[in-house]
Amino acid sequence: MISKQEVEYVAHLARLEIDDAQKDKFTSQLNDILLYIDKLNELDTTGVEPMSHAIAVTNAFREDRIMDSLGTEKSLANAPDGRGEFFRVPKVIE
Amino acid sequence: MELNQLTIHELQEKIKNGQTSATQIVESVFSRIGVVEERVHSYIRLMKDQALSAAKKADEDIKIGAIKPLTGIPLALKDIVCTKGIPTTCGSHILHNFVPPYDATVVEKLRDAGAVFVGKANMDEFAMGSSTETSWFGVTRNPWDLERIPGGSSGGSATAVAADECIASIGSDTGGSIRQPAALCGVVGLKPTYGRVSRFGLIAFASSLDQIGPFTKDVEDCAIMMNVLAGYDPRESTSVQAEVPDYRQFVGKDITGWKIGIPKEYFIEGIDPEVAASVKKAIAVIEKCGGQCVDISLPHTEYCLAVYYIIAPAEASSNLARYDGVKYGLRTSEARDLLDMYKKTRTQGFGNEVKRRIMIGTYALSSGYYDAYYKKASQVRALIKQDFAEAFKKCDVILTPTTPTPAFKIGEKMDNPLQMYLSDLFTISSNLAGIPGISVPCGFTAAGLPVGVQFLAGHFEEGKLIQIASAYEKNANLAKRRPQL
Amino acid sequence: MEFETVIGLEVHAQLLTDTKIFCNCSTKFGGTPNSHACPVCLGMPGVLPVLNKKVVEYGMKMSLATNCTINKSCSFARKNYFYPDLPKGYQISQYAYPLSEHGYVFLEVDGAQKKIGITRIHMEEDAGKLLHDEHNPVSYVDLNRAGVPLIEIVSEPDMRTPTEAADYLKRLHEILVYLEICDGNMEEGSFRCDANVSIRPKGQEEFGTRAELKNMNSFRNVQRALEYEVKRQQYIVENGGKIVQETRLWDDAQGVTNSMRSKEEAHDYRYFPDPDLVPIIVDDAWIEVMRKELPELPMAKRERFVKDYQIPAYDAGVLTADKALSNYYEEVVRLCASPKAASNWVMGDVLRFLNEERRDIRNCPVTAASLAEMIRLIEDGTISGKMAKDIVEEMYKTGSAPKTIIAEKGMVQITDEGALLKTISAIIDANPNQLQDYRGGKDKLFGFFVGQVMKATQGKANPQIVNELLKKMLAG
Repeated sequence: MISKQEVEYVAHLARLEIDDAQKDKFTSQLNDILLYIDKLNELDTTGVEPMSHAIAVTNAFREDRIMDSLGTEKSLANAPDGRGEFFRVPKVIE
Repeated sequence: MELNQLTIHELQEKIKNGQTSATQIVESVFSRIGVVEERVHSYIRLMKDQALSAAKKADEDIKIGAIKPLTGIPLALKDIVCTKGIPTTCGSHILHNFVPPYDATVVEKLRDAGAVFVGKANMDEFAMGSSTETSWFGVTRNPWDLERIPGGSSGGSATAVAADECIASIGSDTGGSIRQPAALCGVVGLKPTYGRVSRFGLIAFASSLDQIGPFTKDVEDCAIMMNVLAGYDPRESTSVQAEVPDYRQFVGKDITGWKIGIPKEYFIEGIDPEVAASVKKAIAVIEKCGGQCVDISLPHTEYCLAVYYIIAPAEASSNLARYDGVKYGLRTSEARDLLDMYKKTRTQGFGNEVKRRIMIGTYALSSGYYDAYYKKASQVRALIKQDFAEAFKKCDVILTPTTPTPAFKIGEKMDNPLQMYLSDLFTISSNLAGIPGISVPCGFTAAGLPVGVQFLAGHFEEGKLIQIASAYEKNANLAKRRPQL
Repeated sequence: MEFETVIGLEVHAQLLTDTKIFCNCSTKFGGTPNSHACPVCLGMPGVLPVLNKKVVEYGMKMSLATNCTINKSCSFARKNYFYPDLPKGYQISQYAYPLSEHGYVFLEVDGAQKKIGITRIHMEEDAGKLLHDEHNPVSYVDLNRAGVPLIEIVSEPDMRTPTEAADYLKRLHEILVYLEICDGNMEEGSFRCDANVSIRPKGQEEFGTRAELKNMNSFRNVQRALEYEVKRQQYIVENGGKIVQETRLWDDAQGVTNSMRSKEEAHDYRYFPDPDLVPIIVDDAWIEVMRKELPELPMAKRERFVKDYQIPAYDAGVLTADKALSNYYEEVVRLCASPKAASNWVMGDVLRFLNEERRDIRNCPVTAASLAEMIRLIEDGTISGKMAKDIVEEMYKTGSAPKTIIAEKGMVQITDEGALLKTISAIIDANPNQLQDYRGGKDKLFGFFVGQVMKATQGKANPQIVNELLKKMLAG
């Protein structure tokens, strides 16, 4: 079962804010879903290779050849705060 | 019949015979939109000016006899495929102002084939939903009953075809998002094999499951669309270099002697009786066509939904991390610092269903839970794929209902995510296994709601799906109906 | 209490490909901010990564050069975290299935060979760059570097002193540069190092709590930072304190490491296989192709220099530390056929001039051909070793060939015995007292006469001939 505290931790990891009213509802909805997912534990999957691709493609490569980049102006065209040649963000403290 | 009510192949005939022009077709589509769009709300954005100038260009091509497979055909594009210079929102506030500097590969292919784009179709936010109710741009309504949902997530693409607001359309299918709305709106919808149609420019929901496919008014149109869409794309690593047949050659071909697998796990209690009855009738039609039904089992079916609701949200939680207010899209206006900017932007930019899935996915991947959730689900996924491989040793094609119920009422399941997820019960398995599936209309309920039957085939056997769907369509003798709008 | 230090290093090397790891943008350093960017490396919606084959090949070369086993199958994973220099909100890296594992290199420690284990080598993408506004609470993001290919080389915790760590680092650096897969520039960040360091009482099996050190952008700083950190940890333990597991930044100006508190928040990277990229299968044939492309590596070259050129191991070490220098040296040897003389001139004068100006051998004004020519002129007696000292300095200043300088300055050696005899006679005549003393047994005065001859000829007399003639004439 996921606790309210875990919901807060996960929300922080995902950079989401969930207000107190929503928190209870989210916690109970997530628990419903997780309870349903628990079904999987009925199955013994020892030795089963996990599947991460639907189709087995391998070695998809690209040649090391330069092609046109977008350029600064187009790269920044959609930026909510694009100043001059940069994306601008609130200060990053290191 | 109005031009906008015709199929691609009917319009192609008229164009070739000089009986109509691209401009006339496009105008008839926009005049229909003028009448019904306010009630149905298929589109997030209409592209009338671009469409009319594209039609004009198509007419010039027609004049010199340069007629391509989709010349002058008005199509709708789900607003999840990127269109250069035209806002692409994915139904979300967080991308409401995003203008891609690139076209999706399918957009390039369709344009090169002569298609005319009518507009960007409405959808569940980031394709997360089964009802097109989670769009930031408002709900789309089912043309057969405006109080009901059209299905989702490609709801707008389905309704645009069903309501004759375009001739055919493009959708995407991660767990049924093409086939489920196609069934609920009474049109044909196909999800190709994973890797068959390029995902480049398709805004990712769950990368290992997403696939683009067409909505059409009949099976022949589906084949025509697939001829344009299918093929290897070097811009996608998971794209498959397999030969693409002419899908149109499968239309009208005999299916005598084919073995049709009927999986017992898909004919369970809880299916709406009217849906069950329609699908039973479809089985009878297939048998009349020479198909031979065999009982098969897909033993891990009951785990599909659980696997899906780990893998899809896990991938989504990572795919949607890029929406952070830095490079494009929404940024909150009230940030105290960087962390606050991230959190407020994402909280204001995403709707509740998207947040819920990001939360599930983040949790499933978080420290200490990976093995129990993500790894376990990936293992069960392998078993599900194996089920299909076994089944296709015994049959050519599998037949199932597309959905357990017809279209439900708007708002009915919005507060119960799990109930909502159940409407994808029969479509999810093929995304997990990567196999193709098609939904074809197979009748109506007493209340006049469409019902769909689904056919599934092995990897890269879209041709088989078109062959059986076309045989069914030809022999079913369904009453020709159009939604009363 | 006596302590033992345990150090492991994580090295990031930028690969010298033309394009980024997953898109066709240029990797060139510098350039207008955000100009080498495209929808893929900007993390725009719907775009997809396709792997640059050269990145795999360069990674394979480094793996082979460090004795790693290349995995038959490897794959990419996503490392999820939010940061403005990370456009997708995740870094594409390798996690459970790296390119290669279980390698090693040898270091010379106290005259013996010590094996340092390499845990793994994996491929990943670099992040962008952040610039911080000094006056306003904002930062600026430049994504030109986002997506530049890196390999990360993770060592075993096998090093026991800061010097060993610095030597290991130099070893990796020279291999990368020899392979021509990394330019090795630490200041521009194309070769970066993080260190894990801990101490434990001597004899104790288990490791102590470690600190991770970052921000060391030179070999010297790596060593200084480690030395400081070891002392810091010892001081804490000796005073009854406990080491905290944390990331610490090296402050070059203050010469200390400081805790990086802001990043202490527990990391939960949520690694999972990247569904947009497919497994890389490496077969033996491919490995063999790469192995054949490997150049001679520094260790092998060192041994060859000692054996073939008969020069001391120390000299071979200096000459092979830089591939370009070793090539220069070999070119000089090829043209003058005197390996020992070539080694002396390269290591002595040429390197001294270069070091004084912090110049690279690639930009050395004295070409290998000129230096070889000069050595030949010494050997055929045209100039003396002493003259050569002045000539090589002039060559470095002007870039001129030795013959040009000799002609300009009239520096040709006097070997004409007749002329020298005349000069010597005059000197003997002018110094009768010294002659008498010499003949009386004061052998040391021989040097006085040589000096007088050299003075009279402005140093141009061939010293060997002067010696012979003087001996004869002084003997009477």
